[in-house]
Amino acid sequence: MWTDLLLILDATLRISVPFVFAAMGGIFAERSGVIDFGLEGKMLGGAFVAATVAYWTQSAWWGLLGSICIGIIFSMIHGYASITKRGNQVVSCVAINIFAMGLTVVLANAWFGMGGKTPQLPKEARFMPIKLPYAEELREIPILGDIYYELISGHSILVYIAFLVVPITAWVVFKSSFGLRLRATGENPLAVDTTGISVNKIRYQALLFNGILGGMSGAYLSTAHLAFFVKDMSAGKGYIALAAMIVGKWRPYPAMFACLLFSFLFAIKDKPEVFDLLKGIFPVKILNSFLDMSPYILTVIFLAGFVGKAVAPKAIGQPFSKEK
Amino acid sequence: MNERQANTLVVTLVTLVNLLIAFLISGIVIWILGEDPWFALKTMLYGAFGYDEGLGYTLYYTTNFIFTGLAFAVGFHCGLFNIGAEGQAYIGGLGVGLICLWLDNWPLWLVFPLAILASIIFGGIWGAIPGYLKAKRGSHEVVTTIMFNFIASVIMVNLLSHVLRPPKNMSPESREFGEGVWIPQMHEIFDWFGLEITRTPLNGTFIFALLSLFLVWRFIWYTRWGYELRTVGTNDTAAVYAGISVSKNIIIAMVIGGGLAGFVGINEIMGSSHRLMLNFQAGIGFTGIAVSLIGRNHPLGILLAALLFGILYQGGAELSFEVQAIDRHMVVLIQGLVILFAGALENLFRPQIEQFVKRLSSLDS
Repeated sequence: MWTDLLLILDATLRISVPFVFAAMGGIFAERSGVIDFGLEGKMLGGAFVAATVAYWTQSAWWGLLGSICIGIIFSMIHGYASITKRGNQVVSCVAINIFAMGLTVVLANAWFGMGGKTPQLPKEARFMPIKLPYAEELREIPILGDIYYELISGHSILVYIAFLVVPITAWVVFKSSFGLRLRATGENPLAVDTTGISVNKIRYQALLFNGILGGMSGAYLSTAHLAFFVKDMSAGKGYIALAAMIVGKWRPYPAMFACLLFSFLFAIKDKPEVFDLLKGIFPVKILNSFLDMSPYILTVIFLAGFVGKAVAPKAIGQPFSKEK
Repeated sequence: MNERQANTLVVTLVTLVNLLIAFLISGIVIWILGEDPWFALKTMLYGAFGYDEGLGYTLYYTTNFIFTGLAFAVGFHCGLFNIGAEGQAYIGGLGVGLICLWLDNWPLWLVFPLAILASIIFGGIWGAIPGYLKAKRGSHEVVTTIMFNFIASVIMVNLLSHVLRPPKNMSPESREFGEGVWIPQMHEIFDWFGLEITRTPLNGTFIFALLSLFLVWRFIWYTRWGYELRTVGTNDTAAVYAGISVSKNIIIAMVIGGGLAGFVGINEIMGSSHRLMLNFQAGIGFTGIAVSLIGRNHPLGILLAALLFGILYQGGAELSFEVQAIDRHMVVLIQGLVILFAGALENLFRPQIEQFVKRLSSLDS
């Protein structure tokens, strides 16, 4: 039972990484007042570019850089449409998601001809698990040694970066002067404008972070979690990250815990032993559907304010114009 | 040229220019892939129109897009972004499927209205819940409808693989309906009049889609309910002062939208596959957004835009069949570009076009 629990928690961490990256990226954008339903597209684009570049250069790091670039390109297109041209932000996000879905498969098929898949990456070209120092030796210590060996050690570098991004995001958004401007821009852009700070510039900067993190979430999928890109690889994960951000009320730590909660539910489903255990208590069909649906239902419940109200930044979705 | 005509001209030109840009970029992508964009265009047009089987498929896809385009448009007139046509079509199709499975020994003229009712109720409920949450609890309808798309998909996977799948069947789909409740296909309908056309999935639902276009047009612009709906969409504060209930109209718009999306089930389930299956609605709901945006949320525009996407889908299938290097997903890419330029970036060249039309009308007078 103990090792089962550890293995589930370990799986939870692995599953949660793309959610954490994307949710943090979403926080930057939405805190500045720009809607971001386009996390899905950035994740998908990031996953494809990371796998492709990593395959061409045989280096996972170049792949990561590539995914960051495509993330930024997508978020800048979104920025140009929604900040500069004051177009509809939801429509722009939908466009990016659909465009990414088409582009990745078209390019993958044209370049590799494997039905929308990219070639398997060799060990050198992907992020491999890292064994932290003394993991073997400390394993002898009861409980703590196990936790260190199973849970904390043995992940790829991106997992550690993801959980480092959370405190950094929290610090930037809530403690730095940039974060203060960022949040003010999302709540009351006019007030920010009167202090002589450019609202649009802050929003573009926020989208820069958003693109970087969105792209990285994809790189994890194709160069660390798996070793290739497949068609529709993100499979709604960007929307789950969006859900986690909302359930976490646009705050980094609560959003991270929401990501972990959702991932935990997915991890249970993948683990037959525990699933069998729960099967004795609940009918299997209901259990299955419930585990699959829970992130979405939780989001709906939170957004409706039945359990604690998730209130979006006030100026979200409104393009800023001085003339108003 | 009066002001109204000038406005129509501006809107039409803006849409055409934006479409042109989207197609140009798609052409560049094809050129980068090392293929000839001109040849690709010709192949697509031939695939969509060149022979009557292609034309049948084009109109068959058009039927679906008319429904989801209308689903988005009705919400849009009420100031809503109904991104959930995908889930509403899925659940609406479930309603159609259940009716057909239950009553497939009844005559078609009895089952057809019941199936329409079922798709309205099922799809309508799937739209009503986000509508209710928006109206009464202030939840953003975009997020809720996205979540409802996923919830619908989980429900359907579980229903089809555990409940509706016949025990001997391996794939997650229901049994085939009795032939009595199949909607007559176009070639059969033409046959009644002694005309012979090739067999395609195009069926009688196409006529029903044209009727829906007409009814929605009458509803939005020529009824009191449509007027209330548009008032809420234009200015909800003014609506309140005029004694119009905002929440009631939001829910109504979402129910109508959901019901219209549910009609995809009539075309796909009752008209073509004759069984409930997984993902029959895949992508049709999202395409509806593009269709409605290009059609300026007007039924006539939606008809033209739905036809355009029907051409793209059928032509795209032909293209990927002819040219190995171009995947079927090229259509999805083009669709993304169309939504970007005709939707989010619609104001890109608007000032220039307005200038141009102004100069044109001054020349005129």
